Amino acid sequence: MELINKIPDGPLDQKWTKYKNTARLVNPANKRNIDVIVVGTGLAGASAAASLAEMGYKVKALCFQDSPRRAHSIAAQGGINAAKNYMNDGDSTYRLFYDTIKGGDYRAREANVYRLAEVSANIIDQCVAQGVPFARDYGGLLDNRSFGGTQVSRTFYAKGQTGQQLLLGAYSALSRQVGKGNVTMLNRHEMLDVVVIDGKARGIIARNLVTGAIERHSAHAVVLCTGGYGNVFFLSTNAMGSNVTAAWRAHKRGALMANPCFTQIHPTCIPVSGDHQSKLTLMSESLRNDGRIWVPKFKEDAEAIRAKKLKPTDLAEDRRDYYLERRYPAFGNLVPRDVASRAAKERCDAGFGVNATGEAVYLDFASSFERYGKQQATVKGLHNATHDEIIAMGKKVVEQKYGNLFQMYEQIVAENPYETPMMIYPAVHYTMGGLWVDYELMTTIKGCYACGEANFSDHGANRLGASALMQGLADGYFVLPYTIGNYLADEISTGKISTDAPEFVAAEDNVRKQIESLFNNNGTVPVDHFHRKLGKIIWDYCGMARSEEGLKFAISEIQKIREDFFKNVRIPGVQNGMNPELEKAMRVADFIDLGELMCKDALERNESCGGHFREEYQTEEGEALRVDDVYNYVAAWEFTGNPSAPILNKEPLVYDNIKVQSRSYK
Amino acid sequence: MTTLKYNHVVINNNMENGMNLTLKVWRQANAEAQGQMTEYKLGNVSPDMSFLEMMDVLNDELIRKGEDPVTFDHDCREGICGMCSMFINGEAHGPNRGVTTCQLHMRSFKDGDTIYIEPWRSAGFPVVKDLMVDRSAFDRIQQAGGFVSVNTSGRTLDANAIPVPKADADKAFDAATCIGCGACVASCPNGSAMLFVGAKVSQFALLPQGHPERFDRVENMVKQMDEEGFGNCSNIGACEVQCPKSISIENIARMNREYMAANLKG
Ligand SMILES: Cc1cc2nc3c(=O)[nH]c(=O)nc-3n(C[C@H](O)[C@H](O)[C@H](O)COP(=O)(O)OP(=O)(O)OC[C@H]3O[C@@H](n4cnc5c(N)ncnc54)[C@H](O)[C@@H]3O)c2cc1C
Ligand code: SF4
Ligand code: FES
Repeated sequence: MELINKIPDGPLDQKWTKYKNTARLVNPANKRNIDVIVVGTGLAGASAAASLAEMGYKVKALCFQDSPRRAHSIAAQGGINAAKNYMNDGDSTYRLFYDTIKGGDYRAREANVYRLAEVSANIIDQCVAQGVPFARDYGGLLDNRSFGGTQVSRTFYAKGQTGQQLLLGAYSALSRQVGKGNVTMLNRHEMLDVVVIDGKARGIIARNLVTGAIERHSAHAVVLCTGGYGNVFFLSTNAMGSNVTAAWRAHKRGALMANPCFTQIHPTCIPVSGDHQSKLTLMSESLRNDGRIWVPKFKEDAEAIRAKKLKPTDLAEDRRDYYLERRYPAFGNLVPRDVASRAAKERCDAGFGVNATGEAVYLDFASSFERYGKQQATVKGLHNATHDEIIAMGKKVVEQKYGNLFQMYEQIVAENPYETPMMIYPAVHYTMGGLWVDYELMTTIKGCYACGEANFSDHGANRLGASALMQGLADGYFVLPYTIGNYLADEISTGKISTDAPEFVAAEDNVRKQIESLFNNNGTVPVDHFHRKLGKIIWDYCGMARSEEGLKFAISEIQKIREDFFKNVRIPGVQNGMNPELEKAMRVADFIDLGELMCKDALERNESCGGHFREEYQTEEGEALRVDDVYNYVAAWEFTGNPSAPILNKEPLVYDNIKVQSRSYK
Repeated sequence: MTTLKYNHVVINNNMENGMNLTLKVWRQANAEAQGQMTEYKLGNVSPDMSFLEMMDVLNDELIRKGEDPVTFDHDCREGICGMCSMFINGEAHGPNRGVTTCQLHMRSFKDGDTIYIEPWRSAGFPVVKDLMVDRSAFDRIQQAGGFVSVNTSGRTLDANAIPVPKADADKAFDAATCIGCGACVASCPNGSAMLFVGAKVSQFALLPQGHPERFDRVENMVKQMDEEGFGNCSNIGACEVQCPKSISIENIARMNREYMAANLKG
């Protein structure tokens, strides 16, 4: 298949303006006759649905939760990037662009990333106008913090609940349009197929999760904003319902899946505590602004800590190894996520891990308590403050910044992080891979778009912190509303699309058959059993480190899991009613297929880049070794009917504005 | 063969710590059906499990026995999406303060305990199945006025052109941390939704961006709230106590002031 990315010509900084000036428009009267389906109401979906409705399109939006406000975006903690340069620390559109390309290890498209950086400042203006309560300084202006992989402060935040506040902003814009009758909101609905007629997306098949009814919905365009697929690992920081089903079903209908093996393992998550565990909890990257990461310098200390004979607070400074500061002095604790995660794994594999499982490192705030405490004492003129008073004042400052995260930690671990350092370990967090889209965010199915984490477009092989929220809102508020018109301009005389078309009948039939076969297999084993098994294989062999041998093994194991699953899974309950086990089963079936593709993709890419670390390709110092002359492309996979035999298509990446270098954070 | 260490290791499921529990769970097939409490025995529950993980174990056993698992709402499992919603031993989100059901851990219970688990009960929240209720009334209240009417053009003022005093911004933020779970309604003897609505009204009332529409907003949201069948507020204060985000009852007072001011305007 020929991949046409539709990147406009001209200088990088004029491409988007030029595009907007020449894209075709749909006049207001015609918009009223055009239906758009938006699947998903996270930052990408809610912003897209609200914007399209404001423009005059007739929008139908779906989410599987009981309210659009509960999309997984709500859980984002740390912040959102924007090149505002409010801190006057040298930030600019170009620098955000550069940081993102470099952070992505030179595997993202220049034009898309530049556009993202360009619209980033608008996002903050828009959100503030909507009443999003970002953190402010004492002068009443917006405050910023730093995130990994950058040397400027460009991250806007609302304590540890930035995603919540941004999503509630988008949700309020969406609610306004629902109230006006411009958006029909379908809660507790799950999309299970895209209907393609004459090569164009013309609607979807969805299941009403309350009644079990299988429904047909037609539209002139379908926008998938269905989030990432991190839950393929079973344990991840994603919400329990996050899944790949919508994207995967589109893939089966002709949308290519790009770079599926590019997944992000986040360095600071609460370690696994037992096999009952259903999910993992992130401790925001923003904590690396003030927390220092370390393990004991000597093995005997690590052993004593693991045996609970020694407390971390008792260990003298010179017996600690602040390994990120040691290895990467320029960026220190703020190296990008892939680098920080691998460094933690390296120390733990070498025997320096600090909890009972040996898989945890410390994130320590002691020096920040002291630093902030001293600042407070100076500000308040308390020159005789005791050490204890200083620490107490410092803790107050830290509580102001991260109170909810500290509380969350204590709830889960039952230890007070103000008194003893947090224990953290990497966990699956985000997926850079996703549906292949062109510059207009259209997939390889005409009229089917993908926005937010569901697409692959902007983060290359590693996403920088606070850039997913930025991308989701950029796609939904500022990019799609322009690009979709360029396609819909051809649809003004199409008229209402009938759901009686044979393609709708066939797609619905297909969904029904799948559901029936899941019920009629006489299985006895709950869905989670297979999901855990799949997740373990993928974590072991397609997680933080990968190898040819391991990936080949994983592929054969996944094929066995597939067979076992369809033979032995048990779906209790009814087809025509609320049935969460059935929902899970369909998602796991798709995760199995995706898992196999991830391993194939990782096997095909004989290099290390970003989150994709192939053990065979590393420098002497253990850093990722890219192979640019061969692998400087987007791997876009085509479904063939057999999940084990996909076809690889390549979109070469061209760097006209940035010199491709090996990434260094030293 | 490369063997990579797998970090999902069992350390807590040791028998000595395992608790034996009696669960009395509300089972109701659908909105129309009659419901009843059903008793289940569950053994070997680790104190490090979250409450919902304990429910997962129960469901796993039920499925293996060929029975219908217990349906409940949940998604983020970290206290932010507002989906989880269990009435545990007579309290919304269980015995601990400032947490959601999904943040509750089994270490808050002891071996031999009997735990009563019910859905939110309120005229405004009909049961969908078992422990799952329909909270779409909250969405409709939001649609009636919980927004600032600004289009998403991006052609707004520069963000820093609207300074907001930090104290107001912080208060607005505190109000805005409401997760829309409905525990306030469930714990109110009158089934009132005032804390939820008050929090949204307050967020906008405290910010300059919210001012142009403040009177319409409060009137429309209160009107919708009344139409949804939520009860009146008689200042009992249970909502504030059981709210997992500790939303202050001050927000109700602020909403009342806004409402009165709106009425005066006519
Ligand atoms: C714990 C955590 C913290 C994070 N913190 C940050 C941060 O600080 N900064 C940052 O930039 N990024 C952060 N991220 C990443 C960021 O939150 C996500 O990438 C982003 O929110 C994804 O938004 P989205 O709109 O693409 O998808 P989501 O928010 O995941 O929304 C998906 C939507 O699709 C719907 N859906 C899915 N499948 C179907 C289907 N088949 N049918 C119908 N509906 C469906 C869901 O109901 C939901 O509405 C964080 C992620 C996690 C896990
Ligand atoms: S006010 Fe509190 S209890 Fe009520 S919905 Fe909001 S978070 Fe839940
Ligand atoms: S599951 Fe999200 S708040 Fe409990």
